Amino acid sequence: MKVLPFGDRALLAEFESLDEAMGAFRALEAARAPGVIELVPAARTVLVRIDPGRMSLTAARNWLESTRLDTKASATGAIVTIPVRYDGPDLASTAEILGLSTDELVSRHSGTAWRCAFIGFAPGFAYLVDAESTGGRAGLDVPRRATSREAVPAGAVGLAGEFTGIYPRSSPGGWQLIATTEVTLFDPDREHPALIAPGTTVRFEVVEP
Amino acid sequence: MTRLTVILAGPLTLVQDRGRPGLGFLGMGSAGAMDRAALALANRLVGNHADAAGLEILLGGTSLRADTATWFAVTGAWGSVTIDGEAVDPHRATLLPPGALLTFGPAEHGIRYYLAVRGGIDVPPVLGSRSRDTLAALGPAPLTDGQVIAVGPEPADPVPPVDLVPVTAPPLGPVTLELRPGPRTDWFTDAAWSSLFDSAIDDGGGWRVSPRSDRSGIRLEGPSLERTDARELPSEGMLPGAIQVSPDGAPTILAVDHPVTGGYPVIAVVTDASLDALAQLRPGQPVRFRLATGR
Repeated sequence: MKVLPFGDRALLAEFESLDEAMGAFRALEAARAPGVIELVPAARTVLVRIDPGRMSLTAARNWLESTRLDTKASATGAIVTIPVRYDGPDLASTAEILGLSTDELVSRHSGTAWRCAFIGFAPGFAYLVDAESTGGRAGLDVPRRATSREAVPAGAVGLAGEFTGIYPRSSPGGWQLIATTEVTLFDPDREHPALIAPGTTVRFEVVEP
Repeated sequence: MTRLTVILAGPLTLVQDRGRPGLGFLGMGSAGAMDRAALALANRLVGNHADAAGLEILLGGTSLRADTATWFAVTGAWGSVTIDGEAVDPHRATLLPPGALLTFGPAEHGIRYYLAVRGGIDVPPVLGSRSRDTLAALGPAPLTDGQVIAVGPEPADPVPPVDLVPVTAPPLGPVTLELRPGPRTDWFTDAAWSSLFDSAIDDGGGWRVSPRSDRSGIRLEGPSLERTDARELPSEGMLPGAIQVSPDGAPTILAVDHPVTGGYPVIAVVTDASLDALAQLRPGQPVRFRLATGR
């Protein structure tokens, strides 16, 4: 772990890998010190935001460096099943990029236990990675589309890099769209507004058209 | 219960309170009043709780009526504020008679007025806050002409007897913001770092506020900040005040409605004490940076 400066109200803890960052987020969340008002996990980092009136940057650094980071414990136990139709406009071209048939792509995507690493881009937009394998992941690594779409519909399921994700609402986007769901991912009026939070395990279940 | 009728909403009038911090891990930023001190002062002047919601009025051109006599206070930007054409003193509690028209003229110093009404704006909170997040489109929608909004019950505390609050007008000239190093300072050349602090506007150095600035970020026009390498940065958490540099070398100071994560390197971060000033920066205004000292 490397601790980087982030102004006078935060520090950025940087890790070697996504797995390490995911595990560190869970461990820091569990050992949260008073004065830490926010932890924001991302691909290689956890942003630690403090209330400068209650905790100094030095104390925050000491807290970070003394918290035992178990990088294996990245799951929260929560499991969410997302019913999907594999009818995305990029399904065939994505299978071709990966050298798979569309059926193989569908069975790999729906046969993988995914885990939410972090949320970004928009409220409730979860970055999901293959929970079980490391390195090779689900074998579904694809680049983003060369040109991004101006409007991706809500519920579109996409692939980009090592991640799969679901657009919580209509927005511009460059992910390869392979499927669609009718599940509402983000609803500010629900008790838990985001269906998927960091550490949630996610499975995609094929529904017939 | 008092109701306000929005006669003219103006370019962008938002309900704002202290925001909803702590939800970044679900992809939500804090939002909240961009000039926190101005909203806090307005609430204090009318005896409101610090959590009460007020209106953040961009540029002016806004007018309202109340159906009962209502205490209010205006802070933030300076401009002509009138009741039925009569000038109102800013920074003091004033009684708005029922049916009278409260009008905000064009902001002359700063760009965001804050209006607190006694009892606070009573719209349903979303995730614990009545703030509009313009980027995430969360919270109460921007006000529209003809809209009627409720005012909450009067607080127990009386309107405090304050005669004069010493407040200076937001400056029209150069604004100096304090910086501390960011996580990716070492991704930039020494020349980029020193040009951040170069205030020689007339010699082509220095920074000006771009008209393409809003609650999600203040874009700056000035020299290009060169990087030592063109590595791609995996997205990382962001906060208001973070100065992100896009691939063309242009810096943007993230503001309250910033994206929660971002993939552009952060060269430096505006200190907490300088953040409120971002709310009042006018397009074209010169900005200078100073490295914060001390702990």
